[in-house]
Amino acid sequence: MLKIGVPSKGRLMEKTFDWFGARGVTMRRDGAEREYSGAVEGVDGIELVMLSAGEIPRELAAGRIHLGVTGSDLVRDKLADWSMQVAELAPLGFGHADLIIAVPACWVDVDTLDDLDAAASGFRRTHGFRLRIATKYHRLVRDYLTENGIADYQLVDSQGATEGTIRNLTAEAIADITSTGETLRANHLKILEDAVVHRSQATLFASRAADWDVAPAMAELMGKLGISAPDAFGPV
Amino acid sequence: MKAETRAEAERLFAAFRTAGAEPVEADILLPAETLLDLYGEDIRARAYVTQDPLRGEMMLRPDFTVPVVQAHMAHGADPARYTYMGEVFRKQDHLLPRASEYLQVGFEVFDRAAPEEADAEVFALFARLLDGLDLMPATGDIGILMAAVRGLSTTETRRAALLRHVWRPKRFRHLLDRFSGKVPPHPARIRLLQAIESGKLPKSGPQIGLRGLEEIAARVKALAEDAGTAPIPTREAAALDDLLALSGPAAEALERLRDMEVDLPQIGDAVDRFADRLRALRARGIDTDTLPFEVTHGRATLEYYDGFVFSFHAVDPALPPVASGGRYDALTKVLGQGRSIPAVGGIVRPHMVAELRAA
Repeated sequence: MLKIGVPSKGRLMEKTFDWFGARGVTMRRDGAEREYSGAVEGVDGIELVMLSAGEIPRELAAGRIHLGVTGSDLVRDKLADWSMQVAELAPLGFGHADLIIAVPACWVDVDTLDDLDAAASGFRRTHGFRLRIATKYHRLVRDYLTENGIADYQLVDSQGATEGTIRNLTAEAIADITSTGETLRANHLKILEDAVVHRSQATLFASRAADWDVAPAMAELMGKLGISAPDAFGPV
Repeated sequence: MKAETRAEAERLFAAFRTAGAEPVEADILLPAETLLDLYGEDIRARAYVTQDPLRGEMMLRPDFTVPVVQAHMAHGADPARYTYMGEVFRKQDHLLPRASEYLQVGFEVFDRAAPEEADAEVFALFARLLDGLDLMPATGDIGILMAAVRGLSTTETRRAALLRHVWRPKRFRHLLDRFSGKVPPHPARIRLLQAIESGKLPKSGPQIGLRGLEEIAARVKALAEDAGTAPIPTREAAALDDLLALSGPAAEALERLRDMEVDLPQIGDAVDRFADRLRALRARGIDTDTLPFEVTHGRATLEYYDGFVFSFHAVDPALPPVASGGRYDALTKVLGQGRSIPAVGGIVRPHMVAELRAA
């Protein structure tokens, strides 16, 4: 069976079902409201695996599912050398969110990465420790700041309510996902103008580690979805 | 651990002792804070971090330099030569065939007397121990670049900003282009400067967080002052670009550096030291007519060399260097709590030596 992992709840699940449905592949969740199992109609030999969007990158990397729908941000953050472990098949055009860096709006002197870097240098001199950026996207943010040569900062972990960390004095800046920016404004924060860490959207990925003895189902599914992809993915 | 690697490590360790080095030990579990303060957050991507219930965040030794310098600054003789042998641990974030745990054997010289002699001593010793492995040496001198920056015709603030990023090529380039007027300020900066000029800063909501209003005001003032700074003269910026690109055999590079002194007189002393080093290398049998040199060799994040830099590479460019090292005077100051001593040293990866000998 060709196993495809999809988000198990919420708008991401609904939109995923819509996207496949519009291409003649019907997905539905089985049984009771709280039961995480599902079925696919329209192509034979496919098994639907309902998973939390955050677990799909790991399952793809382990090869326990062949295909998976999840945010491009999650794959890049959770998998080291992500493109060696999974292949990006198609962006799905929904679930858009930008991973941005935000600072207090009262920092009138900080609008760009350049400013953040200079403020971090001054902050370290004044306070004796490196400027704290709260985030849950450690790999993406660190790689981005390293790539751009930002110094004198540290990442502190925040798994939720990240916008509140500055007011609570546990961070000076944040790096978080935003789609509209409303929560940021409500918390008196503003986005750095030249620093989008990643523009994320729901994306269909293929595992490079899975056992690809499912070529006929894969070929038929890709045909229906209008994606030109090989029948199998090996390690790069 | 393969027996060949262990034997190779022992051979190098013995050779360093014969060269006058005293063996030193270092802990494998190091306090993470010291390393993070020194290297910044980037080290997290490279070092294994673990949690100790009493001592807090610890790191598996990513290199020997920090513990050896700390030990020397705490109770070392002056001058001193040290050697060490042991495992280091480097997290690999890419699926390349690179070891995440391997032996290092190192040699470090702490000596105030004649730094260029010490540079040559270390390089010539490494060259001799690695002789016959068909390695390609590479050398550089970040000190020349730093001297050039320290003498730029601009404000102290701008020189300090460039020096702070001397090991981060992309940021350094960005700052240099901005300070020399090659790229205009970001529109947000122009907006802010106009607001300052009109005496009306934008409404920005309540003060939140640890960075206080006086810190913000101080930087606004600094930005207003900086806006009036004349760009770094084109001739100087161009000369600095030539310096950054300088690459060639060492003896020839010296001639070109002498030419560059016309536009960058501030590098004179650093070039004199470079010339002294080449003399010292020749006296130890190194052919400086063929020795490759690049001013910026070894200029990368997670580095701390501030003078002579060297490495020995196998033919395959994808492999890490078989040996590398350099001068790190500034690091001893950072770790020495007010005291400092000129220091130069390097490490060999014995597993790579063993592989090359077996091939």
